[in-house]
Amino acid sequence: MAKKKAEGYLSARESRRISRENRKITNAYEKQRKRKNVPENEYLTTMRDPNNAVEFDNLHTYFFTDAGTVKAVDGVSFEVPIGKTVGVVGESGCGKSVTSLSLMQLLQRPQGQVVDGAIRLNLGDKAYDVTRTPNEVLQKLRGHYVSMIFQEPMTALNPVFRIGDQINEVIELHDGEGQSAEDIKKRTIGLLEMVGIANSEGVYSMFPHELSGGMRQRVVIAMALACNPKVIIADEPTTALDVTIQAQILDLLRQLKNRINSSIMFITHDLGVIAEMADYVVVMYAGRVVERGTAADIFHHPAHPYTIGLMASKPVVGKKIDKLYSIPGKVPNPINMPNYCYFKDRCEMCVDGCDGEYPCMISLSETHQVSCYRYYDGKEEK
Amino acid sequence: MAAINKTQIDTSFTPVTYDPQYILMVNNLKKYFPIKGGMISRTVGHVKAVDGVTFNLKRGTTMGLVGESGCGKTTTGRTILRLSGEKTGGQVLFNGKEVYDLSAKEMREMRTKMQIIFQDPFSSLSPRLPVGEIIGEAVREHKLVASEEFDDYIDRIMDSCGLQPFHKDRYPHEFSGGQRQRICIARALALNPEFVVCDEPVSALDVSIQAQIINLLRELQEQYKLTYLFISHDLSVVEHISDSVGVMYLGNLVEYGTTEDIFRMPLHPYTEALLSAIPVPDPDAKMNRIVLEGSIPSPANPPKGCKFHTRCEKCMEVCKYAAPEWTEVEPNHFCACHLYNSADAQARANETMKAEMAAQ
Repeated sequence: MAKKKAEGYLSARESRRISRENRKITNAYEKQRKRKNVPENEYLTTMRDPNNAVEFDNLHTYFFTDAGTVKAVDGVSFEVPIGKTVGVVGESGCGKSVTSLSLMQLLQRPQGQVVDGAIRLNLGDKAYDVTRTPNEVLQKLRGHYVSMIFQEPMTALNPVFRIGDQINEVIELHDGEGQSAEDIKKRTIGLLEMVGIANSEGVYSMFPHELSGGMRQRVVIAMALACNPKVIIADEPTTALDVTIQAQILDLLRQLKNRINSSIMFITHDLGVIAEMADYVVVMYAGRVVERGTAADIFHHPAHPYTIGLMASKPVVGKKIDKLYSIPGKVPNPINMPNYCYFKDRCEMCVDGCDGEYPCMISLSETHQVSCYRYYDGKEEK
Repeated sequence: MAAINKTQIDTSFTPVTYDPQYILMVNNLKKYFPIKGGMISRTVGHVKAVDGVTFNLKRGTTMGLVGESGCGKTTTGRTILRLSGEKTGGQVLFNGKEVYDLSAKEMREMRTKMQIIFQDPFSSLSPRLPVGEIIGEAVREHKLVASEEFDDYIDRIMDSCGLQPFHKDRYPHEFSGGQRQRICIARALALNPEFVVCDEPVSALDVSIQAQIINLLRELQEQYKLTYLFISHDLSVVEHISDSVGVMYLGNLVEYGTTEDIFRMPLHPYTEALLSAIPVPDPDAKMNRIVLEGSIPSPANPPKGCKFHTRCEKCMEVCKYAAPEWTEVEPNHFCACHLYNSADAQARANETMKAEMAAQ
């Protein structure tokens, strides 16, 4: 019976009630989405800055679960400039992946919904707000203009189809008009060569299980690059790989980015990889951006206590320390977020103002913003 | 089956004698896994998972074991603990006793002295047992404490691993990854071991949780005078926690030395490449990277000569034919590479090369 008193306990009746209410909310969203013949002016927008490939503007993505609403992404704003790499760092469960899935509109439906905010995607002549774009239009964007490299290469590839067929499919769907099967095959083999697979003809007719982890990840990258996308989302592309293979893949990504001049949104929890790849860094914590800036800003002048803690808790080769710093406590429960700064309970640098509501973004310099009360005085609020 | 295995045991090594300063002496340890094929499942080949590993581990120190996935780090750890059947060859002396010569009864006693922490805290805890039982099961089995002291003992162990007494009645699914790893550590420590194999204990955890677990492991080491064999592919973690480091490639140790030596003055080209591949969290850091081509060859059919020669930058003619010898290049810094051969080893290698070339 001790369990009943435990925090977060829900009776079956309570859970049913929540689930009924959720269904009402999510049905409304789904109905909106499933409309046919949506006029273009509903989802076409203009970019705030035409030099950006993607703009996340106050994005809120919630999951309506039977235990309550999980605010996985709660007011995230940042930009991905054209031709640049933006690194998104944070611990698991901080909303990095949900942010990227919101851009792809691949959220687990109907529980996961973008409830507020906009994601503007710049395609040169047109700009789409993907949160309002109907599914049929999205299908033409996904894989063509925006594509994703997934974390686990084994689960991202279909085990019952040959490598060649899987890449051909992407080209046929998006770019295959008027091309013969031979042309498409030639292009696929070209792609496999581009990502550094020596035996490209052989790999074309292999199954995913015949390849090693590094090779599979190359295939996934080839698939993502098949239609020269404008935006590539790399969701922890090297986490499952060894350091030596990781070095190869990072090298490859950097070369390819320069060749097709696309933007990369690079999601990882490895600060070393971020430092190597990213031009801009976004640090997320519990569904919010706590700090953003150029790579130099974040690594040389980390401002938010969470960023500082994260840097100190990772051992660095060549630096001898007796005891690693560890951030005390744990991430707050995503269903009952506190109404003050989410990091306050774990923060060792609290100031008087920390009891107030969640701090807004403060500009430390033109490129460097942080959301923390320590920097409130003397700086203009934004 | 056992009879077949017995005949296959490789005896081509010089036995070592026990030196009391070392808790663990591993001498030319080999572990092959048979590949079965054909109609009557004959053995058609062997996966040479561990193919001659030699090192000595001092009491109360930590040895790191690094290498790419599939190089045999984990198999080495498990073979030392006699967890994966019979060995194929070599010696494992734990406190001077050959682990594989112990009878079932003696082995049972020995088990309390050597423990393992597994990689994945999500699959290594039974979902059907409460945490108190997970930690206490082996303690009761080995009758380490009297039954009236049992509860206090478990509480004390849990407390030292950062778990609360009320966690005892909960089940593993109610815990986060870091907490589960604490349970795994508590389970290993409850038997009061001397030697613990930590098989990638922090790989599945977040950065901030990693730091907590690493700090915990170090505190416990001081408190209980533990010896660790720390298996990991994260070199920065290994550098932080280890006193000595062994680098493995395709079933062989290629380099072994103190942490200082390995990270400041790596000898083997593979170690150099491995170290240069570590991403540094500094955007201005100069990149001087040795990118290894290709991936690790199959251990069922390893390359001839030096196993690393297919990917080595400094590959010479001799590397393709003769396997390098395990030599002590500097005091307590071992390396297996033709670049650091002594004069007579060089002569032997050249002879092997000539013989091999003539045979072709």
